Amino acid sequence: MKINDVILETVTKIVVFIILTFGVELFLSGHNNPGGGFIGGLVLSSAFVLLYLVHDIEGVHKGIPFDFKKIAAFGVLLAVGTGVGATLFGADFLTQSASHFNLPIFGETELSTVVLFEAGVALTVVGVVVTIILSISEDV
Amino acid sequence: MLIITFAILLPFLVAILIPSLYKRIPSRKIGWFVLLVPLTLFIILAGFIPTVAEGETYIHTIKWIDSAGINFTTYLDGLSMIFGLLITGVGSLVILYSIYYLSEREALGRFYVYLLMFMGAMLGVIFSDNLMVLYVFWELTSISSFLLIAFWYHRKKSRYGAQKSMLITVSGGVAMLAGFLMLHMLTGSFSVRDIIATIGQYTDESLFVPAMLLVLLGAFTKSAQFPFHIWLPDAMEAPTPVSAYLHSATMVKAGIYLVARFTPVFGGEAIWFYTVSCVGIFTLFWGSFNAVRQTDLKALLAYSTISQLGLIMCLFGLGSAALNEGYSADSVIYTQATFAALFHLINHSTFKGALFMVVGIIDHEVGTRDIRRLGGLMAFMPVTFSIALIGSFSMAGLPPFNGFLSKEMFFDSLLNARNLDIFEMGTWGTLFPVVAWIASVLTFVYSMIIVFQTFLGEHQPNRLDRQAHEAPAGMLVAPSILAVLVVGIFFFPNIVANYVLRPAMQAVYPPFEGAEGLVPHISAWHGFTYTPLLLTIGVVLVGVLLYKFLRYWRGVYTIAPLSWNLDTLYNGILMRAEQGSTFLTRLYMTGYLRDYLAYIFIFFTFIVGGTLFLNGSYSFDLSNDAPIMLNEYIIIFVMMGAAIAIIFAKSRMTAIVLNGVLGYSIAIFFVVFRAPDLALTQIIVETVTTALFLLCFHYLPEWKREKLTRFTKVKNALIAVSVGTVVTILALSVQGNKMFDSISVYFEDAYELAGGKNIVNTILGDFRAFDTMLEVVVLFIAGIGVFTLIKLKARKEEQDVEDQ
Repeated sequence: MKINDVILETVTKIVVFIILTFGVELFLSGHNNPGGGFIGGLVLSSAFVLLYLVHDIEGVHKGIPFDFKKIAAFGVLLAVGTGVGATLFGADFLTQSASHFNLPIFGETELSTVVLFEAGVALTVVGVVVTIILSISEDV
Repeated sequence: MLIITFAILLPFLVAILIPSLYKRIPSRKIGWFVLLVPLTLFIILAGFIPTVAEGETYIHTIKWIDSAGINFTTYLDGLSMIFGLLITGVGSLVILYSIYYLSEREALGRFYVYLLMFMGAMLGVIFSDNLMVLYVFWELTSISSFLLIAFWYHRKKSRYGAQKSMLITVSGGVAMLAGFLMLHMLTGSFSVRDIIATIGQYTDESLFVPAMLLVLLGAFTKSAQFPFHIWLPDAMEAPTPVSAYLHSATMVKAGIYLVARFTPVFGGEAIWFYTVSCVGIFTLFWGSFNAVRQTDLKALLAYSTISQLGLIMCLFGLGSAALNEGYSADSVIYTQATFAALFHLINHSTFKGALFMVVGIIDHEVGTRDIRRLGGLMAFMPVTFSIALIGSFSMAGLPPFNGFLSKEMFFDSLLNARNLDIFEMGTWGTLFPVVAWIASVLTFVYSMIIVFQTFLGEHQPNRLDRQAHEAPAGMLVAPSILAVLVVGIFFFPNIVANYVLRPAMQAVYPPFEGAEGLVPHISAWHGFTYTPLLLTIGVVLVGVLLYKFLRYWRGVYTIAPLSWNLDTLYNGILMRAEQGSTFLTRLYMTGYLRDYLAYIFIFFTFIVGGTLFLNGSYSFDLSNDAPIMLNEYIIIFVMMGAAIAIIFAKSRMTAIVLNGVLGYSIAIFFVVFRAPDLALTQIIVETVTTALFLLCFHYLPEWKREKLTRFTKVKNALIAVSVGTVVTILALSVQGNKMFDSISVYFEDAYELAGGKNIVNTILGDFRAFDTMLEVVVLFIAGIGVFTLIKLKARKEEQDVEDQ
């Protein structure tokens, strides 16, 4: 359905980027501050939902030509894959590890395999939420 | 040895690749690509033969759920070696054959995905040392064979056969799982090697016999032993390469493998000895008896497979007696039965594989498998005839084919078994050779039927769909290789014995390690007075007579108790079960959401409330609770007000908004209680659900006040009050009752253990990552479910499923 609402459309153009940035920030800071894969994924998908609400589905689909089912599937594969990955190094299934690296711009940074796992969670959430909302809204 | 793990995983990996490959390359080429997989694995496994023959075993563990003792441990010894070689060797030939057998119009991509899945699962079964992993692969073979049998799913019979085989083998598999769990309770280990090493201490435990019988149930259903054999003839609806592979060379032998693998565990027990050998010998007889009356060549081969599997099973049963007293010069002779079983296992795969392929060729070139319509094909198909001749004569136990050698050893073992002075074999032992001899005569008869009624006699071109002619060369390669093996093994049996059977014998008889006489010298000639030879001569003489006068005694099959069959029973049970469950489902599936909610709430009240009541844990203690602040009171009253207002809401919009108030108030609660993660999640979830509500809002029907009867009102009120009470009691009594120690101590070290300052996140990502992973999977499944329900509900079936 197409809603003609100039104010909402104008606000959305800015707000969507704020939400997306916030989602990524939540996702990245998850290990030490409130946030993480699940919430990050939810925030990201709420941005997409907002887009779909304001603009029509075809229009948004031109800009974001992703198949969200595939994104969800990829997320699940990633989450399970990091678990399997640990077994290749002789560790238990789903063992995570982290260590600190000295990176050029960021200085000392902690890199952790949990981020990959959480990324899988986030992608699944985004994929599933958007898929469900899209299928329901396309149906009605 | 990581390479065995790789061998199990390779077919799966290639199977994943196939769908994308199938779109890009010509469909005929895909078979050649797939052929590389078993061929590579066969060569790799063959490379292990010399070291395994010297008694070497290879083990490799990949940790999976280490804390529960479930690890992906692969174990290569003589026994798994034989099966591995059969699976990959026969697998290569079957794929080679299927390239020519299946037309390009078939869904070849799907076919090879299933076949590779099956191959990987079979390799997983035989190489897994861990019982749980073995079970997973075991059921995977059932599922992939279900898919293969139902490959031509537009045929009603294919679907029936697939369902039947799956129902029977999977129920057997579940029984086996129960048996495995009992074994785990007994020994505390899931590792087959550990169990074999320690089993001696547990034989008197009460769980030992049930565990044994349950494991046997799994083996019997899989290996189509009486009375579970009924699925095998129906499974013949699968394409012939599948029948050749699954139903003669590999899957049905998984049960044999299981019996062989567990012989060191349960062998030496009278129950094991009698169950395995009696079921085996009766299956041998029943299969051969029923094979003679078949008119469809494939059905005939199906019954003959059942019968031959019974033979092998019976031999394993007899061979297990040797473990009763441990090693001695006297007991070692009883191991010959196991030796014969293993030898016949290889022989059977070669000749039966060839025969199945021959039948496929006939079906493919002539258009029918009905014996009554066939005849005189020898002149048109000389090569096929030769292969059929070699295969059938080997099956009948005639020289110079490998079946002769193992058949003689079979007779010899049965005669030896008579001398067993344990398990009261003195009295019953004589029955074994008698039944076996009769079954062998029948085997001879049906073997002759295959060759002579198909290839000799009168040619009836008008009853055939197509003009008879020889098959293309490519189709003949695979069965020819098998036929050459049949002859080759006859002339050089001791190569097989020394390199392949010796390590397998040691795997079955660990206490007999290096014992003299464990591996006998196989020879074709023992002199004129050798009893098994006399028995064979008798089989031939009587068999020829019976075959000559077949039409005079075929009437036997119409006698009532013999024409009665188990299929009727199976169909009856299935029908009753379906009727029963339909009746039961109609009782409670009303189609009203409110009814389902009522069920859930009533169930919840009874289970949770009941448990609280029974445990006496409904007491609570408020003295340690934190004081309630004013702002908390305000939130609570807002929530209560919103909840009550929903009941009296006049429009749907009001109700949605009030519901949103409830949700956001909970989020505020989380903020007050310093749980920012939860608050965030709650706010977003609430927003997204409200958005969803509003999406559908426009299309929902008019909100009408329903006139409820007094009874419904009272019922609803009762349910509401009881659920509310139970939840309140539950929430209050959480403080006072602790059945287990708190695990929160563990999470206090989150920063050191997992390197994260956010405790919630370390729990989700590190400590309880398994939960999170499965939640993600569940979420994904739910999403796909919603998608398919909504998207596909209106779409009509594109392919009409016709009921043939």
